[in-house]
Amino acid sequence: MAQIQAKPGIPAARIARQAPSAPSLARPTPQSNPDPSLNGVEMTGAQAIIRALECAGATEVFGLPGGAILPTYDPLMDSQKLRHILVRHEQGAGHAAQGYAHATGKVGVCIATSGPGATNLVTPIADANMDSIPMVAITGQVGAAMIGTDAFQEADIVGITAPITKHNVLVTDPAEIPRAIAEAFYIASHGRPGPVLVDIAKSAQQAKTTFQWPGRIELPGFNAGVRPHQKTVQEAARLLATARRPVLYVGGGVIRSGAAAGLRKLTDLSGAAVVTTLMARGALPDSHPQHLGMPGMHGTVPAVAALQKADLIVALGARFDDRVTGNLDSFAPHATIVHADVDPAEIGKNRAVDVPIVGDLKEVFEALVPALAEEHAQHGKPDLEAWWAQLDDWRTTYALGYTPTKDGLSSPQHVIQRLGELNDPETTIYTAGVGQHQMWASQFIKYERPNTWINSGGLGTMGFSVPAAMGAQVGVPDQTVWAIDGDGCFQMTNQELVTCAINEIPIKVALINNSSLGMVRQWQTLFYEGRYSNTDLHTGHGTRRVPDFVKLAEAMGCVGLRCESDADVDATIKRANEIDDQPVVVDFTVSRDAMVWPMVAAGTSNDEIQYAQGIAPKWDRED
Amino acid sequence: MTKHTLSVLVENKPGVLARVAGLFSRRAFNIHSLAVGQTEHPEISRITVVVDVDELPLEQVTKQLNKLVHVLKIVELEQGRSVQRDLLLVKVRADARQRTDVLQIVDLFRAHVVDVSTDSVVIEAVGTPDKLEALLAALAPHDVREIVQSGTVAIGRGARSITERALDRVATA
Repeated sequence: MAQIQAKPGIPAARIARQAPSAPSLARPTPQSNPDPSLNGVEMTGAQAIIRALECAGATEVFGLPGGAILPTYDPLMDSQKLRHILVRHEQGAGHAAQGYAHATGKVGVCIATSGPGATNLVTPIADANMDSIPMVAITGQVGAAMIGTDAFQEADIVGITAPITKHNVLVTDPAEIPRAIAEAFYIASHGRPGPVLVDIAKSAQQAKTTFQWPGRIELPGFNAGVRPHQKTVQEAARLLATARRPVLYVGGGVIRSGAAAGLRKLTDLSGAAVVTTLMARGALPDSHPQHLGMPGMHGTVPAVAALQKADLIVALGARFDDRVTGNLDSFAPHATIVHADVDPAEIGKNRAVDVPIVGDLKEVFEALVPALAEEHAQHGKPDLEAWWAQLDDWRTTYALGYTPTKDGLSSPQHVIQRLGELNDPETTIYTAGVGQHQMWASQFIKYERPNTWINSGGLGTMGFSVPAAMGAQVGVPDQTVWAIDGDGCFQMTNQELVTCAINEIPIKVALINNSSLGMVRQWQTLFYEGRYSNTDLHTGHGTRRVPDFVKLAEAMGCVGLRCESDADVDATIKRANEIDDQPVVVDFTVSRDAMVWPMVAAGTSNDEIQYAQGIAPKWDRED
Repeated sequence: MTKHTLSVLVENKPGVLARVAGLFSRRAFNIHSLAVGQTEHPEISRITVVVDVDELPLEQVTKQLNKLVHVLKIVELEQGRSVQRDLLLVKVRADARQRTDVLQIVDLFRAHVVDVSTDSVVIEAVGTPDKLEALLAALAPHDVREIVQSGTVAIGRGARSITERALDRVATA
């Protein structure tokens, strides 16, 4: 009888027992704030939902009411602790909760009604699941007696979201509401974070119950994370101390774990090259001399080349995504792989691993840094001079850049680069949609802090930017939030600017308007002989401008600005930065012919990276 | 690809079977057979899954299964170290003339007749998939009217119990 895997421990229960304060009240997350005086109080299920959200530490929630959640919206009106932001579309509530969670590190909360309200949350839930964002979605469900009858606005949202949530549950008994919500917050924020949906029948919201916040969290089958194994940590340290071409491959897990300080220590101590994935931008300051930028399909040549030529890759909260590895068989052929991740299922999923470390990244760094220091003390520091000579050569030869446009219009890269240069990285958060503008924002803005770059990486959700910026701004009101968006993305979710205007959420939108679905157009240019099937959006220079984004912004209660030439870029950004009492939309009309480079074409080897169109780096020169 | 028998201990919660089965299909694994039932502990159910899969993907699907909140423990039961059984019910047309032949086969395979009518019998057989296949082959010349088969259930040989530790965890949680 071979035991494949028994789940590790039950830290859930133990953690709860260790908390001495607030006796017999579970504190499922650091943000939770249970109120002992509520226990035993008679109330409706709807009131229990509001009290439970308050106990769980929610302070801002995003939602939109409807029939099956109506009972809950009544006590919500009187809540002193919850600020509810009424969105214009449930998808906006979901992405706002994501942006909020990403910017604050707290659990984001969104609320929707049954049926279409709940299904409108499906995209943000799937997005949060792919990018490991802690989020709790509360949905109303039709009355318990009507479940399964195809009732009005009934959808089996627990069934629909089972594959895209970390966990979900249907509650029909009002007495179970506080526990379900406490567990949802716990699951969403412990171990690898993710979305949890709590679907609550209208009958349970209306029924009377006695409020009881759980004494402790009882989830015997839930793995909240294990401590990294010292033996594997030591093996990783030994490899890092002896490798000649080491690379730290840093993923979003470092940011989710709040482990940027530990990464900094490991970087400085190891002397290794560092690459930060799309989800990890900001985990290490871009100004750090060992930082080679982003790897992957549109990564920098030095970052991609470093992974390909490395003899040791230490993957930290990264998942060997196809957009990073390119063709998997030819990815990093010479590298020994150390893989540290809180989720054991990630280890060995795509690439075979030599040294697996399961654990929270914070704890991994706490163990790995001293272990490496000890290795250095015993055996000295490795000689990385040749490696850095090579890396620096690539950095100089293949620096990130772009060619000026030929049509006289602004270069989108210039707009984005200036945006980054004219805003203080210490006080600015950027969000992005998906496509060319997202890649340029990742490439040309220099990030110095974690949680200042918020985008949809795994799912690639167009329309993410504006609602995510709204959520981030609500979570971090003292920072400037710039939503970098494309004209395609913007037309999917811009209705949330109304929410921003009404609720005085002064986000700024840099609309990189190239009048087309730019990334798709780029692929049509490269792989479909320039046959531009259905990618023209008619919003840019020389078109009918439908819609006119400036007028649209004004109609939604925002300031609308337009910038059509490189000469006006700086002044327009400064003008937008001066407005802090209203959302601003800047329509940057840019060239549609600009393309994202470097590029590894989908499915090909990273070795075939193109620095710019038709220009492949010469690898053999130094090899 | 090889067949693997997994015992999955789960909390007895609504929808848990759908979650487990859904995960296999979502990750493109072919479930050969599936059986679910209660254990000696009312809060724990046991799902026996037989899958066609190679070692490496099996490890991945096991890890993914372990991430389901209601899954307590997963154990692979190897052929030689476990008892694995299916249940087969088969309805054969057998009038007075054929009945002797059919009953002889039933005796040979140590099966049982659990229903008799004037022109048919229902045979119940328990055994490994191989044995049941052989029984069906022996019955093939007769007029087999209906076959129904359960999923495999399996239990490890020897004194050790796989539920014990999982039980501890549920009890102490």
